[in-house]
Order: sequence, then structure tokens, then C-alpha cells
Amino acid sequence: MAHAATHDHHDDHHGAPKNFFTRWCMSTNHKDIGTLYLIFSLAMFFIGGSFAMVIRAELFKPGLQLVQPYFFNEMTTMHALVMIFGAVMPAFVGLGNWMIPLMVGAPDMALPRMNNLSFWILPFAFTLLLSTLFMPGGGPAGGWTMYPPLSLQGDSVAYVVFAVHLMGISSIMGAINIIATILNMRAPGMDLLKMPVFVWSWLITAFLLIAVMPVLAGAVTMLLTDKYFGTSFFNAAGGGDPVLFQHIFWFFGHPEVYIMILPAFGLVSEIIPTFARKPIFGYKAMVFAIASIAFLSFIVWAHHMFAVGLPLGGEIFFMYATMLIAVPTGVKVFNWVSTMWGGSMTFETPMLWAIAFVILFTIGGFSGLMLALAPADFQYHDSYFVVAHFHYVLVTGAIFAIIAGSYYWLPKWTGRMYSETWGKIHFWSSVISVNVLFFPQHFLGLAGMPRRIPDYNVAFANFNMISSIGGFWFGASQLIFLGVIIHAVWFSKKKATDRVWEGAKGLEWTVPSPAPFHTFDVPPVINDDELAHGHIDD
Amino acid sequence: MTSGGIRPGGIKRAVTALAVAAFALFGSVVQANPEPGQLNMPRGVTTYSHVPYFLNNVALGVCVVIGILVFGAMFIAMFRFRKSRGAVAEKWSHNTTLEIVWTTIPVIILVVLAYLATNGLKLFADTTGSEMTIKVTGYQWKWRYDYVDYQGKPIDKVGFMSKLDRESDETRQLKSGMDPNAVKVDGYNTYLINVDEPLVLPINTKVRFVITAGDVIHSWWVPALGWKMDAIPGIVNAAWTNINEPGVYRGQCAELCGQDHGFMPIVVKAVTKDEFNKWLAEKQAQASQPAPAAAPAAASTVAAPATAQATSAEATPATDNHKG
Repeated sequence: MAHAATHDHHDDHHGAPKNFFTRWCMSTNHKDIGTLYLIFSLAMFFIGGSFAMVIRAELFKPGLQLVQPYFFNEMTTMHALVMIFGAVMPAFVGLGNWMIPLMVGAPDMALPRMNNLSFWILPFAFTLLLSTLFMPGGGPAGGWTMYPPLSLQGDSVAYVVFAVHLMGISSIMGAINIIATILNMRAPGMDLLKMPVFVWSWLITAFLLIAVMPVLAGAVTMLLTDKYFGTSFFNAAGGGDPVLFQHIFWFFGHPEVYIMILPAFGLVSEIIPTFARKPIFGYKAMVFAIASIAFLSFIVWAHHMFAVGLPLGGEIFFMYATMLIAVPTGVKVFNWVSTMWGGSMTFETPMLWAIAFVILFTIGGFSGLMLALAPADFQYHDSYFVVAHFHYVLVTGAIFAIIAGSYYWLPKWTGRMYSETWGKIHFWSSVISVNVLFFPQHFLGLAGMPRRIPDYNVAFANFNMISSIGGFWFGASQLIFLGVIIHAVWFSKKKATDRVWEGAKGLEWTVPSPAPFHTFDVPPVINDDELAHGHIDD
Repeated sequence: MTSGGIRPGGIKRAVTALAVAAFALFGSVVQANPEPGQLNMPRGVTTYSHVPYFLNNVALGVCVVIGILVFGAMFIAMFRFRKSRGAVAEKWSHNTTLEIVWTTIPVIILVVLAYLATNGLKLFADTTGSEMTIKVTGYQWKWRYDYVDYQGKPIDKVGFMSKLDRESDETRQLKSGMDPNAVKVDGYNTYLINVDEPLVLPINTKVRFVITAGDVIHSWWVPALGWKMDAIPGIVNAAWTNINEPGVYRGQCAELCGQDHGFMPIVVKAVTKDEFNKWLAEKQAQASQPAPAAAPAAASTVAAPATAQATSAEATPATDNHKG
């Protein structure tokens, strides 16, 4: 099969460069670049998290105690931008960079220099974005959705737009690299339908990225020209249309939310079979479900806009299309449960996070189904019910899966076992606090509390206080994660075996732990029994 | 109406509050305005508002049942198929019958939900046959209401700005030292959900709203009416309501519109037709008198903050108290 790329590449098994700058800044090694992505994402997770702490602190009780409303809006805007573009997306790219070549038996990513560039753009993009907080005009405060005309009132439009352009370029290059790697560099015998579900999920996600990041770039460029060059794309007084922006934005935005969840599906589909010691139920159905969800993501965008005054036919179309997504998503959840059924389960930390993912993501899916019903959405829209919904799918969905994947592969990366005790403390502390944090927000939304407000009526006080307590607790719990990682990287005495987990299958477990600097210089000979999905006939 | 909520500290009180809230959830109490400890959407007070309420409850019920089945199966699996209990992994990895069943059943449920929701959408989209038209305009950060016509006759010069009441506004300033709990009207806490002049509407009248905005996008939301509609500059959206019960119904702007987005509430005062006729006559009489130095209403509202940032909350834009 496609293994030509491995021939012209004879860098005699040397190790990593000794020089710090050469090793990390000039790296073309998929493992080092993966590590860079993961560290960057963790840093952004804490920065974005600190913004969330400001938000929850101000909302702890009614009345303004800490910040001015405008700064509060900067915090909600920056929290979203940093978490979406800085924490979740780079974390998945990092996991993909590290693991996809190892999972398909490739020596590296297909385009190593571009890989370096796509990472090193990010620190500059986020410096640009975060620096606005220290400028006299302040940071963006019009929400991460940047709806004009409000977003054009800010002084940071140019900074935000250029930062988004850079992030988009980085994502597109990352996506090209992943597609090229998966399609061209699989070891002989690694057929497409024998690939791990995680690799499949990334292949499909990469196509979504290539399709929609340019759309976002176009939308923000029009914002830029409306602000500084006198155009009127989104200005009704000049013949434009403010709603046009929302259509363009959500044509990007809805696939974007699946960009943040499809690789999570893939991760969980690797972890559950490993700890259930049973192959994934319905492998082809899982792959097909991911592809269907990706397709549907392009035709549901206006469900974010049910309250902008769409015509009846539009409301009906987007409602039906959105409801359809419940079918493939349901199939995925049923298949994860069926994978567990009849297995021989153990509950190491990655498995705990994966199980919590299935339950809590499903709760987010349930509220998603409720939101899809347009007449009910006239009530839910832009209320805390929506805030609860998307934090269930993004925090207990995407981020729980990222944490699950990190625990799952940490021994392979570091060569040492992390502390199982502290991993479990991290898990239980997080899983309880995250529900204290987000579950009451459903009630707040149903009772009529709008989102993105810095202060509220006394009727909303009880649940806001509970939510804030959960928030501080969840935030503090993530410091345990930091501790566990630092311990596993530098201090753990317990060596990891090559296979690490008893039930682990797949090429990544055939290389030593820690994975050497170069792996699969010679394409591996694939034994189907070694693969998680080597004998798939369903 | 419920009162008393879940405050940290009193378990007994929390249990009582839960019981009260459960009553509010399932009992026949008509909830209109937010109550402490409220768990569900208000039923609302209009001929349309039962639609979202009913859909919400049905969808929630469906989700709870599916959740119990799926999570139940998961927990059974987690207890039965543990390695520590000697479970040996089976080899099967698909079951076509099961897969067809759990694809088909959700489709059937979705078709039922879609049918219910479509009827609701059609009902809401039908603004014909209205007896009254109100023009709603969103500004940073207040609402303007103009009475356009009533019972087939155009209304002249009845319109006013409606903005956050003075007491809430003073209390909400950063470090004001004032207690939000103290902001009350008739024993009900109205902090941030009260205005200087409410929109007055007659009950049992189909009212058509035409909704737009003067600066940025806002969204007009009164939960008791059962919907929200974006107010967009350059676009006129239509919506309608028909309120069944007299009362005061409170809501807030629901689309981020800048620094004081959280401080532009909406209050609808629904009165009987007789009371409304009297109120309207008074308003029209006021309007026909030579206005004492009242500038044309909309003019000064364009004091929009191109430099909104860094403006301290105390510097609330120069207020304009147009009362018609």
C-alpha cells in the first residue's frame, strides 16, 4: 500500500537534538510537536479557566462586587475564544500529532516542516489576542460569536481578526497534514477500515476544518473592512445585512462544534474497548455515524438563529435537520454501552473519564434535542439553559475525552505510570464539581435568566451561588491534573510496560514506552490480531 | 406562587423549597415571573405560551425515559461485567437486529416531536387577525414602545422609552453597598427586572409586535409570553401575543448588546380592555397637549457608545425621560 514516503528518509535513528532551541523551536518531529501542542493547550486551559473564575466570582451573588460590566463581557468573550481555539482544538491536534503516526504505522506526519509552522503560529496568535486585555481599548467584548454591529463597537477588532486568521491558517495546515498522513502514510495492511476509530474521527474532522475555517476567515475579514474600510457588508444603513454575518458565522460555527467533539468520539471509542477487553461494538456503524454527523453539521447552522426571525419554512427545515443528528449520535451512545456489555471491565482512570464522558455528553445531547425544537427554543435561546447545554457537551464532552486520552497515553509518552490514586481523586473531584457547576444552570435558564449578564435578579441567586461553588471547585480540581502530569513526567518511579494496559490493542502499543524519538522508520508488519479492529466484518 | 428557595445552610428549608418547587413544576400554579428555586419553564399566560411549555415537558420526559434506559443498562453492565467479579470478555461485536431497533425507535420518537413542534411553529408564525400593533425598538440600553394601531384605528403620538428603574440602577452600580434583596415592589423582588414605565397591553386581544433596533442587535424576551424575538437594526421582525390574565410580566434583553446588556429589562402590564381604553385615552390626551420641552423621543437615544469600553458603569448615558 501507500508506503513510498518512508523510503527516502534515512536519518539513522539518532535521538532528539540536545540543544533546547533546536529541539523544540525547530522541531519536525511529530512527537515533540504533539507535546508542544498539548503543553500549549494546557496553558490555555488554565488561562481560559481563570477567566471563567472571574465570571463565576462576579456571579456568586446578586449585585456587582468585582468587575465592571464591560470587563465582564471581555471575560465571557475571551473565555470562549481561548477555550475553543486555544485549549480544545490544539489539544486534539496535539493528540492527533502524537498518536496518528503511531496508530497507522507511519514514521512521522506527512509534512513535518508545515507541522512545525502550524504549531508555532499559535503562540503568536494568542499573544495578539490576549494582549488586547492590556490595551487602553480593552479586549473584545461582543461575545465569541462577534455579531455585528456590536462587535464593531470595540477597539480590538483588528487584533481579534488577525488572531483568528492566524488560528485558521494553523488549523488548515494541521488538517492538511493529518489528511495527507492518513491517506498516504499508513503501513502496508493498515486498510482504511482497519484504522482505529480515533484516526477515522480525525480524518473526518480534518475535512470539516478545511471546509469551514476559510468561511470564518471570510466572515471576520468582512468585519474588518466594515470597521476600517467603509464597507457595509453587515450594515443595513449601507445596504448590508447584520443577519448575513450570523448565517456565515454559523455555517462555520456548527461544523466547528463537531470539530471539537468528533475526535472525542474517537478517543472514547479507543478507551472503552481497551478497558472492557472487548472489541468496539459496530465498528462500521461508528465510522458511518461520525461521517453522517459531519455531513449533517453543514445543514443545521440556522438552529443557532431560531430567534432572528427566519421564515417559517426555514425554521422547519433547520429544526428537522437538527433533530436528525440525534439518530447517529444515539447510535454511538448505544454502541459504547453495548461495547461494555459482556466485557471484562476494569476501571482505571482513563476508563472512568470515558464512562463519565458517555453519561454526561449524553445529558448534553438530551438538552440539545430539547433545543432543537424551535418553539421551545424561543424560550431556551440565549438563556442559561444554552450555557448549561454547551458546557455539558464541551466540558464533560470534549475536555473529559481529552483528559481521558491524556491519562490513556501518558505512560506511552513518558515511559512512567502516573499516580492512579491521584488520577482517581482528580476524576471524582472533577466529575462531582462539574455537575454542581453546570446542572443548576439548566434551572436558571428555564426560570428566565439570560446568558452573558454580569448581574441578576434575586430569584436566580441560589442556583448561581451553587454553580459558582461548583466552578471554583472544578477549577481547583484541575490543579490536581497538573500535579499528576508533572509527577508522571519527572518523578514517577513506576516504569510503564510497552503495552501499558492489559486490553490495549493497536500499533501504538507495539513500540517501547516511552515511545522512541523515531518510530516505524521501517513500516511494521501488521498482524490483524494486534489491531483493535483487525477482523471487522460488521 | 412559590417563595423561599434553596439557601445554603438550612437543609430543612431546602427540602421545603424542593417540595414547593416540585409543586410549582407539576402542580397547576401559573408561574409567570422568576421565583427562587424555580426548576422549570413557566407555563406562561398567553394563548401561545403553552406550546413551548408543553414541548419542553414532553421532550424532557422523553429524555428522562431514554436516559434511565441507557444509563441503567450502563450501570448494570458496570456491575455485572467487571473483571474483579470474574467476568470473561465475550467476542461478539455486532447485532444487526439491535442496531435496526435502536435506529428506528429514535426516528419514530423524533417524528412525533417534530409533528408537535411544527404545529407550534405554524401557530407562532401566524400574525394575521391582530387587533393591535406595537412597535418595539431596542436601544443601548433601553426599549422604546410605540402604539401603532388599536382596533383598526391608527394611534398618534403614543410612545415612550422604558428603561431600568432608578432603584435597581442605583443598587447595581459596582460596590454600591446597596442590597439587591431590598429592591421590592409589593413584596416581590424586582431587582433588575423593573422599569420606569411598563408596556401596557389589554388582555384577550391579539397584539402584533413589530420589532427592530436602533443601534445593535437586542432580543425582546418575556418568558411569560412564551417567546423571544431578536430586535435587529435595519430589519423588522413580527411576532404576536394574546394575554389571557391581567398581571405584570417581566423579562430581559436576551441578546448581548454591550456593557449594560444585563440592565435593560422588559415589563409588560396586562390590564382589562376597559382599563386599557382609559389608559390610552389619558396618553392620547397628554400627547395632544403642547409638550413641555419634551424632545422628539428617539433623537437623544442615539447617544450610543462608540467608545463603550472603559466607560465606568456610573457613567450611565445621559438619561432621557420621555414619557410620551
